[in-house]
Amino acid sequence: MSATPAIRLPPGRRVWRWFLDYGTGAAVILGLLLAWELAVRSGTVNPMFSSSPSRILVAGIDIARDGSLARHLLSSGYTFFVGFGLAIVAGVPIGVFIGWYGWANRAFSPLVSAFYTTPRIAMMPLFIIWFGLGLGSKVALVFLSAVFPLIVNMQVAMQNIDRDLKRVGDAYGASQWQLFRTIALPASVPFLLTGLRLAMGRGLLGVVAAEVFGGSEGIGYLIEYAGATFRIDVVFVGVFLIALFGIAMDRGLYALSRRLDSWKTAG
Amino acid sequence: MFRSLKARLDFAVPAAATAGASGLYRPPVAGTSHALPFQRQGGEPAPAGASRSNGALAATGVSIAYTNSSTGEVTPAVSQIDLTVAKGEFVSIVGLSGCGKSSFLNAVAGLTAISGGTLVAGGVPITRPGPDRAVVFQRPSLLPWRTVLGNVIYGLELQGIPKREAHRRAAAYIDLVQLGGVEHFYPAALSGGMQQRVNLARALVCDPDILLLDEPFGALDAITRETMQKELLGIWETTRKTVLMVTHQIDEAILLSDRILVFSDRPARILAEIVVELPRPRPANVKALPAFTRLETRIWELIQETARGRGRL
Ligand SMILES: Nc1ncnc2c1ncn2[C@@H]1O[C@H](COP(=O)(O)OP(=O)(O)OP(=O)(O)O)[C@@H](O)[C@H]1O
Ligand SMILES: [Mg+2]
Repeated sequence: MSATPAIRLPPGRRVWRWFLDYGTGAAVILGLLLAWELAVRSGTVNPMFSSSPSRILVAGIDIARDGSLARHLLSSGYTFFVGFGLAIVAGVPIGVFIGWYGWANRAFSPLVSAFYTTPRIAMMPLFIIWFGLGLGSKVALVFLSAVFPLIVNMQVAMQNIDRDLKRVGDAYGASQWQLFRTIALPASVPFLLTGLRLAMGRGLLGVVAAEVFGGSEGIGYLIEYAGATFRIDVVFVGVFLIALFGIAMDRGLYALSRRLDSWKTAG
Repeated sequence: MFRSLKARLDFAVPAAATAGASGLYRPPVAGTSHALPFQRQGGEPAPAGASRSNGALAATGVSIAYTNSSTGEVTPAVSQIDLTVAKGEFVSIVGLSGCGKSSFLNAVAGLTAISGGTLVAGGVPITRPGPDRAVVFQRPSLLPWRTVLGNVIYGLELQGIPKREAHRRAAAYIDLVQLGGVEHFYPAALSGGMQQRVNLARALVCDPDILLLDEPFGALDAITRETMQKELLGIWETTRKTVLMVTHQIDEAILLSDRILVFSDRPARILAEIVVELPRPRPANVKALPAFTRLETRIWELIQETARGRGRL
């Protein structure tokens, strides 16, 4: 009955595995960047329109030196985290509520679906009128972009609770609250993480869209302004920063989900 | 790691007798690593043929019907069951797959509403689950995000019993079902048989008046099943808990039960009621006794008859 220890790969093999896991993707990206650079240097592609990795790097260092990059990053980060945070605080309980009670589901599901499918950017002019051109309207857009994936996922989570498990809770005399705490909540973790990843993507989209739409700072503004003044290299700096941020967040959430779901595999 | 239950009981019972009969839980006696709460009753002889008025469970004309919520179609699953189970009696239900055994058991558990008749446990009509009854489900149905230990203490936790106390009680039952050493494993890392033993321990640890078993050993291999049957027999012989068990194994039903109910095909009625008059405690060679084999054949034939009605033979 004692567990045999899991077989460990020898160090060499482990490095190789790690390299396969992360190296392959990195190699593809590096290869593309290299090809891009070569295409520009050899004159095949006009850097006027495409810029090049080295030019982007130089532009990035430039705007980092003069402090404008930090200002834009800070502004975007602030907008994103406030909107995303509010979306979590509001969206998770609302989704749970709608999913848990049958009547709430019947009452609010159509409304949620309607909002879920409407492109939020269409409401930006309204937000500007309501909340002004500053932080308020931008946060509102991020919030509304991120909140619906969370609501919908938590709603689905509540509706997909294993009936056998619910019956176990019933049989052992669980109250509604105990059923929720000991069964519904833990069972909803994978859905929550899916919701968070979706919300993150939508939220990022919201930040950039809001800043492009109006405003005077943020990565979205940086991209928009650089585009209008034909600074392709700076546009790419902004795009890459957003991509990097997205990858980092996604990886982080993935790691979190592996931690929280460790029971799926762990002994 | 596995010490035989018998040996432990021989050791534990005298100690228990000195520990006083009152109190829900007797703390482990020094020297025993774990003591099972029910062992305090170990010395007392069973109320031989306990009077039927002293009923732990009484069903009169119980019917169960399922209504399909979209088509409105009504499926009768159980029809007009009359049954009295005495306190401390071990009753088994056998019958064809899908005949309504689980439905009846779930009604006793308070999980399925009855559509007719009355169902009373310990003098109180059954309307919902209660701590006086515990179910071992047909499927293990463990909470996958809880370890073995976390699953075993689930019922105690819901009752508001402090964690330390719950852990202490659970330890004895984890040992009993031979899961010592894997307490901190998650269900995903357990074999089907191990999961089913957690399912059993989870019910036993609640120390209910009536234990409801739905094919508790159906998923186990023959050897493990036999061990578990002996364990259950040992547990029952010490605790004399009222047990209602559904099983497909005829020999299992005979080995363990005082009485066996043969259910007809759906909707289930009681087709026959067979009193098992084999000595208690059941001798080791019980399966070789002619009386055992005779019962086996008789029940087999009864079930075969119900199958004939289905056009299976
Ligand atoms: N929740 C339900 N809704 C509708 N019909 C059900 C439901 N549960 C069971 N039934 C039906 O009731 C009948 C009896 O089911 P039940 O689970 O009681 O059978 P069983 O005797 O336990 O069978 P098995 O030995 O295969 O476990 C079956 O025909 C089944 O389809
Ligand atoms: Mg069944």
